[in-house]
Amino acid sequence: MQFNTLSPIYLQIAQYMHDLILNRVWNDGERIPSVRDMAMELEVNPNTVIRTYALLQDEGTLENQRGIGYFTAKDARSLVLKQRRERFFKKEVPALLSTMETLGLTMEDLQKYAEHSRQKGDDHEDKSQEE
Amino acid sequence: MIQTTHAEIEVSDTVVRMQDIGFSYGSKALFSHLDLEIQRGNIYGLLGKNGAGKTTLLKILSGQLFPQEGSTTVLGDNPTRRRPSLLQEIFYLPEEFPLPKMKASEYLKMRSPFYPRFDHTQFAAFCKDFDVDLNQRLDQMSLGQKKKVLLSFGLASNTALLILDEPTNGLDIPSKRQFRQTVASAMTENRTFIISTHQVRDMENLIDPIIILHDGSVIFNDAVASVSDKYVLNLTTKEPDMATAMYVEKVLGGWMVLSERSEESEGQPLDLETLFNVVIEKGKGGVR
Repeated sequence: MQFNTLSPIYLQIAQYMHDLILNRVWNDGERIPSVRDMAMELEVNPNTVIRTYALLQDEGTLENQRGIGYFTAKDARSLVLKQRRERFFKKEVPALLSTMETLGLTMEDLQKYAEHSRQKGDDHEDKSQEE
Repeated sequence: MIQTTHAEIEVSDTVVRMQDIGFSYGSKALFSHLDLEIQRGNIYGLLGKNGAGKTTLLKILSGQLFPQEGSTTVLGDNPTRRRPSLLQEIFYLPEEFPLPKMKASEYLKMRSPFYPRFDHTQFAAFCKDFDVDLNQRLDQMSLGQKKKVLLSFGLASNTALLILDEPTNGLDIPSKRQFRQTVASAMTENRTFIISTHQVRDMENLIDPIIILHDGSVIFNDAVASVSDKYVLNLTTKEPDMATAMYVEKVLGGWMVLSERSEESEGQPLDLETLFNVVIEKGKGGVR
């Protein structure tokens, strides 16, 4: 995993784990790697991973079963999806709309572009069409 | 404030307590009124300019140098007494070192009995990970290879305290990665690492808390989060007002400006290099 300098590492790890849940690499209610294994894989301080796991536990995405390990929650994916969609409308859409205004583009242009690229890329499964 | 990493694993024990340390080489004073506390279960990064006294500090902790003033307690004992019960709980990896004319396997036989919890299976595994040949003679190895042998030895010794002086110096690119993975996996809540380094980029995400040694004392000793939760960096293209800005650094495309983090503020957390520069420039208590 490549880290950037734009946000704290523990939040980047949280984002990475959210992606694993969204992409069903980690399924709901599944056991996930221990703090130590995760720290080793990501080459980071185990205490940073502890901080990430605590954050995901607070938001309800992870559960800690004492003596056994960490598991994704039964509704982990829908929680992450809800959170990501909220962020999409709150952060990414306003930025997109503002750029479109600067460039003089309309929603129609965007729709045409989306349809065009969907036809072009119909070999690939479009992940955003799920649910 | 967001909880720092200290509070989240049970770390109440103080592994190191140095109080009012004074140390000089001859008439040249190095430390005066230096205080330092280190808590169990962390990977500390020790930073400082050349000649700030990083190696001296590490040697005091491991009972190799005796300060003229002040008191030092390591794992509840005084390191100047050099009692075996303490020394068997400390592994010290020097920056540069001569090694005897023998094979790594012979060295292992000679030195491992000094460490009661030495784990030979672990040692073999670490050597394999680091790609070290135990049948090669130590005096014929490169600095990087020797470091890998001693690192494997230190990690397998299972001491409560591991002191590593510039451990990534001389390591090749894959070994640096291996180093980070090995240290991350070897850290437990009962072990404490103190790693001195100039190569902060090698260890940006590994070392935390950070200790900064400057002008004869410890001017910073805190979790990275304690700073990045409070301060952010922003790139501006307009020249900032140098009189009011907390810290400014000229970079490609403008200026990086440090400011206090507000509720909704966007901005980058401090990287270790910037943190170091800010602390050194601001001096004691500048960023806390």
